[in-house]
Amino acid sequence: MIPSKFDYVRPKSVDEAVAALKAGGEDSKVIAGGQSMLPLLRLRLAAPSVLVDCARIDEMKGIKDNGDSVTIGAASTHWDVMNSDIVKTHVKLLADATATVADPQIRHRGTFGGALAHGDPAGDLPAVVLALDATLEIAGSKGRRQVAAKDFFLDYFTTAVGPDEILVSITIPKLGKGWGTCYEKFNRSANGWAVVGVAAAVKVDGGKITEARIALTNCAAIPVRASSVESALKGVAVSASEIEKASQSAADGTRATSDLAADKEYREHLMRVITARAVSCAAGV
Amino acid sequence: MTELAEHVAAIGRPLKRKEDARLLTGKTQWTDNIQLAGALHMAILRSPMGHAKITKLDVSGALKYPGVEAAYGAAELGDLNASVPCVWPVTDDMVAPDFPALAKGEVRHMGDCVALVLAGTAAQAADALEGIVVEYSALPAVINMDDAIKEGSPLVHSDKGTNKCYTYKLQPQGDGAYEAAKAKADVVVKRRFVNQRLIPSAMEPRAVVASPMGTSGELTIWSATQVPHVLRVLLALVTGVSENKLRVVAPDVGGGFGGKLQCYREEILCVALANKLGRPIKWTETRSEDMMATHHGRDQLQDIEIAATKDGKLLGLKVDLIANMGAYLQIITPGIPLLGMFMYPAIYKMDAYDFSCIGVFTNTTPTDAYRGAGRPESTYAIERIMDELANELGMEPMELRKKNWIKHEEFPYTTVAGLTYDSGNYEAATDKAMALFKYDELRKEQVKRRASGDKVQLGIGISTFTEMCGLAPSRTLGALKYVAGGWEHCTIRVLPTGKVELVTGTSPHGQGHETAWSQIASDTLGIPVDDIEVIHGDTRTSPYGMDTYGSRSLAVGGQAILRAGEKVVEKARLIAAHQLECSANDLEFDHGVFRVKGDPSKEKAIQAVAFEAFSAHDLPDGLEPTLQAESTVDPQDFSYPHGTHLCAMEVDTETGKSTIRSYVCVDDIGIQINPLIVEGQVHGGLAQGIAQALYEGAVYDSDGQLLTASFADYLVPSAPDLPSFVTDHTVTPSTTNPLGTKGVGEAGAIASTPAVINAIVDALRPYGVNDVPMPALPMTVWRTLNAARQGGK
Amino acid sequence: MTKVSITVDGVLHESEVEPRTLLVHYLREQVGKVGTVVGCDTSSCGACTILLDGRSAKSCSVLAVQADGSSVTTIEGLAGDEWHPVQAAFKECHGLQCGYCTPGMVLSAVDLLSENPNPSEAEIREGLEGNLCRCTGYHNIVKSVALAAQTMKGGKK
Repeated sequence: MIPSKFDYVRPKSVDEAVAALKAGGEDSKVIAGGQSMLPLLRLRLAAPSVLVDCARIDEMKGIKDNGDSVTIGAASTHWDVMNSDIVKTHVKLLADATATVADPQIRHRGTFGGALAHGDPAGDLPAVVLALDATLEIAGSKGRRQVAAKDFFLDYFTTAVGPDEILVSITIPKLGKGWGTCYEKFNRSANGWAVVGVAAAVKVDGGKITEARIALTNCAAIPVRASSVESALKGVAVSASEIEKASQSAADGTRATSDLAADKEYREHLMRVITARAVSCAAGV
Repeated sequence: MTELAEHVAAIGRPLKRKEDARLLTGKTQWTDNIQLAGALHMAILRSPMGHAKITKLDVSGALKYPGVEAAYGAAELGDLNASVPCVWPVTDDMVAPDFPALAKGEVRHMGDCVALVLAGTAAQAADALEGIVVEYSALPAVINMDDAIKEGSPLVHSDKGTNKCYTYKLQPQGDGAYEAAKAKADVVVKRRFVNQRLIPSAMEPRAVVASPMGTSGELTIWSATQVPHVLRVLLALVTGVSENKLRVVAPDVGGGFGGKLQCYREEILCVALANKLGRPIKWTETRSEDMMATHHGRDQLQDIEIAATKDGKLLGLKVDLIANMGAYLQIITPGIPLLGMFMYPAIYKMDAYDFSCIGVFTNTTPTDAYRGAGRPESTYAIERIMDELANELGMEPMELRKKNWIKHEEFPYTTVAGLTYDSGNYEAATDKAMALFKYDELRKEQVKRRASGDKVQLGIGISTFTEMCGLAPSRTLGALKYVAGGWEHCTIRVLPTGKVELVTGTSPHGQGHETAWSQIASDTLGIPVDDIEVIHGDTRTSPYGMDTYGSRSLAVGGQAILRAGEKVVEKARLIAAHQLECSANDLEFDHGVFRVKGDPSKEKAIQAVAFEAFSAHDLPDGLEPTLQAESTVDPQDFSYPHGTHLCAMEVDTETGKSTIRSYVCVDDIGIQINPLIVEGQVHGGLAQGIAQALYEGAVYDSDGQLLTASFADYLVPSAPDLPSFVTDHTVTPSTTNPLGTKGVGEAGAIASTPAVINAIVDALRPYGVNDVPMPALPMTVWRTLNAARQGGK
Repeated sequence: MTKVSITVDGVLHESEVEPRTLLVHYLREQVGKVGTVVGCDTSSCGACTILLDGRSAKSCSVLAVQADGSSVTTIEGLAGDEWHPVQAAFKECHGLQCGYCTPGMVLSAVDLLSENPNPSEAEIREGLEGNLCRCTGYHNIVKSVALAAQTMKGGKK
């Protein structure tokens, strides 16, 4: 299919982009890699009046090591992220999860910020930033603001980024020593969306898990933290059976939907199984 | 003249394909590549509803859009709104509803054509669809086949008073014979299998260009079709355009798998409108359109019952099908289950067979041929129930098969369904497959893993299949009420320079006929493969043909090549004898050279003879100039390839996910012309058969919404979803054609599905599982396992 | 209309396009590069894969305006005087049948080998997950890519 007509602007700075969004009104949309947007345009499920292309705004690109955290420009491609030495060294969970996003062609074009701002509950990266307590910088006509990952995802395809705002960058604190991470994705076919995905980071000390952070993909309208599993894991010995036991509460606090891939009951079952696998993998079992 | 290359025997060699040069460099001629000056682009408004009355349709709004030249609903189209033809009325009383190209007042499946726009560009045409005003009033939809045949069901075609299209019965041993056999049985196993609906999904979407600007006033239709010859006849019949004014061209065609064996609504519309307006009309479908408007395949409910003695001897088989026609009948929709009808008894000997089939209309996309067409369904049911019978009897599943199959010395063998199988050696293929598979080792591992309670269980699946290739003796088709014949045509011309034009009526769309046909002609004529050009897919250059489907092209078309080649050689022999001043009987012909027996210094190459035939200065009296011959061959009978397929499956009992660990198949397709191409056909068939077992299934909701309407939801497997395959072969030549060939296009797709499901069931048998619905996606397997664990089954 | 300048197979093209024009339609209809084809509308099948500034991309999911200033390699520009080793390997191993997925599959394989010159079978399969083929079952495609990796290591390209 061929998209409906729209206008196109390619601003050079964040300020210009914000101004263009405001000028374009309600139906203006940000595009960067366009890997989520293009199928919507082609199926005419989206018909924006103006597309504001942020792919070439310098400020929105690049990956920076801040010492205790890493800042990633929102328009960095998945390929940039997963091949960045900074990310691979300090935010391995993100590198690993990004490598599971879609396929190579899409990873070459799609952007980290785009995947977050799209707010797709089946997207892999929202769970990662949630698990890692990232902070997201948003620019708008009233200036800039910092939003914590836990406040960023609001509902299906809805995030804290307002109509005339742009996600500029994402800052992720480093985990430090003793932490292991894993992104475990369960899908029906290799290039399919996650039926359930689990981003896990666990700190192991003396053969015991001392801290755990776990976030789930596609288990509610937004990514959710498996808080009761996180608590249950505290102090647990690093063993498959103990981890499995602690993972039994993985579906608590989720709002699993039913679709062709999984009904509620099966999806909740998967949450328990995949959480246990992700934690085991992160803990090196 | 240039030095002639020498002929080297070509049949049986894995020659690299001639086709690849253009396909690998982007020099391909796809239908959508054709851009003609003055062409109008067609866009179609399709029904978003499964079943509805069209209460209002106003296309005039579309005319206000830029670039729009015309817009039509059924009212505007009037008499040009021809009906899609069905050429296989399987019974005298079959219900055959009208299938107009544009819906007349009622839509009966999601994707039904409602209106169309013609505009200067494809984008303009797509935009203008938004200017069409259409209002629907929903009618109750019927999707489920069991519901559709119940009293009081909503009707797909209310004027017909029923959703039953036909009832067909076959009782070769007479009424009551099966019951008599069953009465003697110690064990009777009965199952219902659901052979789910599939979407063919050729990678090239359909496309049509119809141009009334042919050089001699003819209307040329380029179409991404498997069947240019059949299409021309049907377009002439339904549009009223004189057949000799229609030229159909199938350029490079990007896969078909049955999905392009059709005379589609869009082809009819393009022809009718190009003829009326005097302008070229172009239409290319989107993938979304393809999913709902290109015909679907399979979709049968199979009630199957098998009766045996306690020591495992088969006595009888009863099959009662309900087959989904979809909303309308297309080219051979009603006949597909009948292509499977003869094959349920498969390779097994028994006393009685009883078959019935009810064809049913539902508010879904029409079904028709998809790779294997009827035989994958029959093979699935028989190979599944053989495993279930083995389980009931406590027998090893392969032992049960061995006990009942036709032994190699028993061929030709007439089966309980009335077919005479030409040849086969099931023992040899099975022995080879089991050795390659390491069957006994895997069984031992399975025992260990069952004992240790491994969370990932190992299953072993068997499929010992045969199928029916080489459609088909025309008389047989006539007896089945199919309106056309099953012959094939070839013309061979040896040109003055010694190069060859081979004109075939087969129509390849990925199979590699250009290479394989060259090999056959090369050995017949003694002319190198590279000097042979295969001409196909254009009714102007190849006026006679029955096209490509049903693994018929080699088994039938190959005979025509051989026969035409032999005729060429016979004519050349007369010319050579005349010039070498000997009798034709005194000449031997070897690698393209005629030599006088006993005086080998006197020789003449066939290429030189071709020049003599062209110059015609010195030909025998009464012999016509030029070196060419044609042949139209009606096959003597079908041929029956077979094979043994073995699948080892790892089933994760926690998630329900199944992963193939190894897949071995040994196929016997008779004599192989090009083993490289044969292997490729097997691989591709395996992928599609495995995909039916594990991934693919078209799903409708109760209102007739197709929920799997894109590649995001309809799971065509990608490379990581499939293993590498171990393929091998045995060779038992066919006795029904002089090349000894059978057919391989569908073998993999037919054989693999039951092997995969048998493997999953085998893995889960200890938990009480005795069937797994297809596609065996993780949730389905997990649910089945849970139900069994809870003692549900 | 928006002006774009895009280098396609080494030739600079300056054209006016509607912003909604997909890169694949620009290539096929304005530049005449009909070797690149469209297979779906959900970015699933990869038949339209090209190299965009040297990296594989699905040209049905890129707007022509997004490619402004970029360089595109299509299947038609891959070969020099000789075929690229990947093309040669696909012929050698019968890695194609109908050929519709082939241009995209070949370019994905070229990209894969440029990132990973020595891939395992699993890495080849995963590297091609964005490309659907309905004919080959991928068996011979995987073999083709493995063979190309070998020839390219041998210094042939």
